Amino acid sequence: MIPLTHFLILGAILFSLSVAGIFLNRKNLIVVLMSIELMLLSVNMNFIAFSHYRSDLAGQVFVFFILTVAAAEAAIGLAILVALFRNRQTINVQDLDELKG
Amino acid sequence: MVLAAVGVITVRNPVHAALFLVLTFFTAAALWLLMEAEFLGIVLVLVYVGAVMVLFLFVVMMLDINVAKMREGFMRLLPLGILVAVVMVVEMLIVVGAKTFRIDPPAPSPLEVSNTKALGNVLYTDYVYAFEIAAAILLVAMIAAISLTHRRRAGTKHQRPSDQIRVKRNDRVRLVKMKSEKK
Repeated sequence: MIPLTHFLILGAILFSLSVAGIFLNRKNLIVVLMSIELMLLSVNMNFIAFSHYRSDLAGQVFVFFILTVAAAEAAIGLAILVALFRNRQTINVQDLDELKG
Repeated sequence: MVLAAVGVITVRNPVHAALFLVLTFFTAAALWLLMEAEFLGIVLVLVYVGAVMVLFLFVVMMLDINVAKMREGFMRLLPLGILVAVVMVVEMLIVVGAKTFRIDPPAPSPLEVSNTKALGNVLYTDYVYAFEIAAAILLVAMIAAISLTHRRRAGTKHQRPSDQIRVKRNDRVRLVKMKSEKK
């Protein structure tokens, strides 16, 4: 049988990959949002693994709420992105320096 | 799954990245099904693959982006990104590899209630306040998304009720004085 450690390692690898994704693609706002989704997925993976191995349903309830908030966050993020693109014709993070003094 | 995640962050085209993300979510859902979280696995497929990823693809295709310009600086940042990722993986492996987490899987739970029913039982009793807050968050997100992307087009006709109420007789009717015609 698969021990719990393997799932935790998978979650850790996913999380690190998404952090690297934010580093690598920090010009492209869409890919940064996708990396954040990936990060939330890895956290959910850990929650579900613990919930399964401890036979406790609370972890799954947490995952449910995380999914809810992640969906809301994705919707708002993409809406901001669309509004930004309409105003500035770019989603390059480095062009967004309006507030720089 | 790890390969799909690598694809998400390295592939050149954002559309391909979104499709790799779909693949990642599918494999994650399969793993959750294996871990007896059937309801959440199916919700992941429905909500994420069905809704959020379509939203991503829609936005990617709606905004035409100069992909080549986005890629500059990728090779420069690659060593730093890999370094950060490797350091984080090693740190987390040290933590996770401890003996505390070597738990063997529990015996498969007897099927007296389905996973969905058990989850619902807990969700509507112990966590009902959190559930209501989640509903409020979704409502706020919906309103925010609509109001952020809504734009008033020029040239559409709107009613202005306050002007309609405040209208005077002189605005509508013009009395013209003229002499009576003679036959």
